[in-house]
Amino acid sequence: MTAMIAPLPLSSTPASPLLAVTGLEQSFGGVMALAGVSFQVAEGLVYAVIGPNGAGKTTLFNALCGFYQPSSGSIRFTERELLGLPTHRIAACGIARTFQNLQLFFNMTVLENVMVGCHLRTKTSLFAAALRLPRVRRQEQRLRDWAIEALELCELADRATQSAGTLPYGLMKRVEIARALAAKPRLLLLDEPAAGLNDTETLALRDLITRIRDSGVTILLVEHHMPLVMGVSDRLLVLDYGSVLAEGTPAEIQADPRVVAAYLGGAVNYAV
Amino acid sequence: MRLAGFYIFAAVVALLPVLFPDNYFVVVVGTSAGLHVILAVGLNLLIGYAGQISLGHAAFFGLGAYASAILSTRFDWPSLLALVAGLIAAGLIAWVFARPILRLRGHYLAMATLGFGIIAHVIMVQATQWTGGPDGLAGIPPLNLLGWQVDGDLQWYGVIAAAMLLVVWLSLNLVDSQVGRALRAVHGSEFAARMMGIDTARTKTQAFVVSAVFAAFAGSLFAHQQAFVSPDSFNLTVSVELVTMVVLGGLASTFGAVCGAIALTLLQQGLVVFEDYEMLIHGALLMAVMIFMPQGLFVGLTQAAHRLGSTLARSKFRRSLD
Ligand SMILES: Nc1ncnc2c1ncn2[C@@H]1O[C@H](COP(=O)(O)OP(=O)(O)OP(=O)(O)O)[C@@H](O)[C@H]1O
Ligand SMILES: [Mg+2]
Repeated sequence: MTAMIAPLPLSSTPASPLLAVTGLEQSFGGVMALAGVSFQVAEGLVYAVIGPNGAGKTTLFNALCGFYQPSSGSIRFTERELLGLPTHRIAACGIARTFQNLQLFFNMTVLENVMVGCHLRTKTSLFAAALRLPRVRRQEQRLRDWAIEALELCELADRATQSAGTLPYGLMKRVEIARALAAKPRLLLLDEPAAGLNDTETLALRDLITRIRDSGVTILLVEHHMPLVMGVSDRLLVLDYGSVLAEGTPAEIQADPRVVAAYLGGAVNYAV
Repeated sequence: MRLAGFYIFAAVVALLPVLFPDNYFVVVVGTSAGLHVILAVGLNLLIGYAGQISLGHAAFFGLGAYASAILSTRFDWPSLLALVAGLIAAGLIAWVFARPILRLRGHYLAMATLGFGIIAHVIMVQATQWTGGPDGLAGIPPLNLLGWQVDGDLQWYGVIAAAMLLVVWLSLNLVDSQVGRALRAVHGSEFAARMMGIDTARTKTQAFVVSAVFAAFAGSLFAHQQAFVSPDSFNLTVSVELVTMVVLGGLASTFGAVCGAIALTLLQQGLVVFEDYEMLIHGALLMAVMIFMPQGLFVGLTQAAHRLGSTLARSKFRRSLD
């Protein structure tokens, strides 16, 4: 192939990004929760989205997941347009997430929760399931193995048979991560995973996020805990009133006077 | 073992007529309880597991019954074929109605299914040339299973018991499978379920269709067993009864639904004298369960037995200290 090589676009991101969001707009009544947000996430990074309360971070996640229908913009994921797809189809493209307000299946055990996370990796028909054909039995075993693998990665294997509702809060949040990972996503969205965790749990979370990144999963992280964010992120996006205030590496963001003025207030401790 | 409870239940069901031969109560009330179990176990998939209410489920019970009645009396279809046709019809109708109905939530879903049940009942009463109207349809031939004509109370007990055990087994398998977990996920958090790639509309539809087919199965057996059907057996009261069974037994437990169905059948037998107050008693029962035993009879009684057991053990321990 000797095709003409066009000069690279001005963007500094090499190759094509895993996720490219352009001009995303979402309003609720009069509130512009997202006022034309654009950014790109390269594969293999931990990409953080920060901003004050009500900046539109969760709204951005919900729009990415097809839970809201943004009025304009585009969401390209591995060159596919996600805008307009129903949530379960977006999940099938390789996106998984956790929730700011826990959305565990409290009517199931930890293992079953994570087995639901594997839903897209295998298919069982109604008839085969009702008759419990031999292949369904084998499938169940495989689902169980996958789920246990995800639980082990999150250091939850000893809790497998416990009912999800009986766990302490910190572990419930970890089960959500395990459940999302069980889907083997290419992009994992974490919405405030450190909220409500104590210092030890937050340190463990930092290790877990690094482990997940090292396993090849790209992470989009919404988080208020600055030491954690600055410690694990490769790049950051700062949102304020639904608009992008700044974008760059942790060092660039910490040096950006607009960010310091508008959001970090000049008195933020970045150290871990 | 996964199916230990099922085997115990099957053994009890099989032994009852052996232990009490010629016992009217066991055999006749047993068949009625068996049909109720089929209905309740199916409805529990929808209400207990998928978390979707249906206040019109008697419609599918009636559909199965009338399909068998009409096809075998007016068209001389073999009874087994009429039964299968009833199942298919119920499945198709449930499938067509599921999407528009199950898009609704909470009170709206309750009202829509209530309306569905009422319309079905009106059709049974009004479509006289097909259904025989309020007088019903008589002369339905008995079930003929590939040459074996089901005859007499004991044989009916066997057939209905086998059908019931089949439904319980299918339901236990379903719940403990990927399909069943998807159902429970929809109940637990619809948003999270979607995010796991579950097509929630499709999943709810599956639950609705399966519960409708089970109800039609019970209806068809009922029609052939009674040799007569009339709209009274499928009215609003019956729909409420079915919900009561599911709630009474304990939501989201197949054996809970089994217990609820049996308990309510026995209660009805004990209360025949109070027939006029049946609705009232059901209502009171529903309220009492919700207030005192929100997890239902099955869990409630298991826990009570547990407590009793530990109290006994403790008092025994204390006595041993004396
Ligand atoms: N479903 C909704 N209906 C109406 N307004 C909404 C809805 N969801 C979000 N908003 C509004 O959009 C704005 C952004 O909210 P969002 O939840 O995205 O903020 P956030 O950045 O996640 O904040 P936090 O850090 O507190 O989680 C807020 O003004 C919020 O009130
Ligand atoms: Mg938020």
